[in-house]
Amino acid sequence: MKTTFTLMRARQRDRRHLLRGAVAAAGSAMLAGCDRLSQNESFVETLKSAQHLSRAAHKIVAPRPAMAQEFSAGDVAQTFRGNGTLNPGDPDYVALRDAGFATYKLSVGGLVARPAEFTLEQLRAMPSRTQITRHDCVEGWSCIGKWKGVQLGPILDLVEPNPDAKFVVFRCFDSMEGPSLDGRDSRYYESIDFDDAYHAQTILAYELNDKPLPIVNGAPLRCRVERQLGYKQAKYIRAIELVESFAAIRGGKGGYWEDEGYEWYGGI
Amino acid sequence: MDIEATLPPATVDARAQRRIYRHRLPVRLMHWINVVCLTILLMSGLNIFNAHPALYWGQESTFAAPWISFGARNTPTGPIGYTRIAGHEFDTTGVLGLSTAPGSEPTARAFPWWATIPGGQWLAMARHWHFFFAWIFVVNGAIYLLYTIFSRHLRRDLVPTRAELRNIGRSIVDHVKLKHPTGDAATRYNVLQSLTYLIVIFGLLPLVVIAGLAMSPRLDTVFTGWVELLGGRQSARTLHFLAAFGLLLFVVVHVAEVFIAGVWNEMRSMITGWYAVPEADARKGARP
Repeated sequence: MKTTFTLMRARQRDRRHLLRGAVAAAGSAMLAGCDRLSQNESFVETLKSAQHLSRAAHKIVAPRPAMAQEFSAGDVAQTFRGNGTLNPGDPDYVALRDAGFATYKLSVGGLVARPAEFTLEQLRAMPSRTQITRHDCVEGWSCIGKWKGVQLGPILDLVEPNPDAKFVVFRCFDSMEGPSLDGRDSRYYESIDFDDAYHAQTILAYELNDKPLPIVNGAPLRCRVERQLGYKQAKYIRAIELVESFAAIRGGKGGYWEDEGYEWYGGI
Repeated sequence: MDIEATLPPATVDARAQRRIYRHRLPVRLMHWINVVCLTILLMSGLNIFNAHPALYWGQESTFAAPWISFGARNTPTGPIGYTRIAGHEFDTTGVLGLSTAPGSEPTARAFPWWATIPGGQWLAMARHWHFFFAWIFVVNGAIYLLYTIFSRHLRRDLVPTRAELRNIGRSIVDHVKLKHPTGDAATRYNVLQSLTYLIVIFGLLPLVVIAGLAMSPRLDTVFTGWVELLGGRQSARTLHFLAAFGLLLFVVVHVAEVFIAGVWNEMRSMITGWYAVPEADARKGARP
């Protein structure tokens, strides 16, 4: 009787061990499988294809007139967090900075009929838009700031985009991986489509919280694309270029972080 | 729990157990799709969370005062991993804040390698996993909701009757004693079970989805300011996290109940649909 009981207990224990082992084995097999799939190019491309579905769905439920929430002065954060590059060390930027950005010129070109250059003074003289909006970083945090700048749409109208222009590319001053010794350009760049470029809240901002744009936040000029995440909002803008496709630019994915694997569509 | 076919008593051996067709094919299929999706969503979500392991209430991040945060810091005796909740610090070295993946040094990260997809810290990849499976999860969930309403699965099986609600006290006592219903009572979900399913289906799951959508800057523009209904975007991130852990808690209890009630019978009923009804006397001696 006692032997039977002990045997039963032993069998139960074995079963428990077996089960626990099986669960642990299944778990680590799943983890290893997921990690291997994350290295598989076609699998990752399949995962990434969800962004096209998201973008298409977003365009339907939140079309261009839909506005990002604007907040009141009381909501503005005391310090607007800087992220990414905080002080570019690139020589052309340093020269501009030392001159107080007085010699800064924004060039707008590419697939346009009338390429143009704008000084900060000229940009400040144009009609401006002020908006208190929430900046959402891909990491998960949010910060509210008051931005003043010139809408991108009217600037594009001035240079007259060619019919084949599909994207607006922002070329920035800051090298993300230090000076390019191997000729590999690591200067920050970003791109948006015309849907965002002509959105009322898409501005080239030169002021943050009623002061000239600080260096940590992208002085002298940065983009605000309020319906997308922080990495889409190019800082330290050097030039704007209209293109039909960004496939030939650097990694070909439409932005510095996109080349590092992030989604081109940053609306989610 | 659909009783579509019960074998006529005449054909059943008196000692043989009664079998019912408990779960219809669509429910079984959607259940397992959900298992895959929720597992991947939770684990890729934890990897995403690790990119900024702190949570806040309100519209924006009050960086100096998150209500919960995870991290690592040096002490005279070496680095420790911590979890801080409302200003109180807990040493969670090894799991939260500081952990060691196989073949590597102790690393500062909120959730450890075994809880995240991918195992290493990789925000871009975790987002690809998360948003791909979020689509499957939402489509599956939407079809389930329609199915459960139009097949009358909801009214027939999930909504408890008044009599069942009146007897909720006994159901609670039975649960505490880990006693499961037998006979005819076992052919229906018990009242605590139904209520839990209803809370999950109409509470936690919609909340996790809505709070997730609220984190999308583009979807926030659908109706300007709707995110304030959740208390703001950072509150939405907190609610998304809490709802996910609510779901995890549900899964832990759910799986534990499966083991208590009889893992083979329960698994078979969710794979083939057929469930052997436990009879009061048949269970005696059959359980340890």
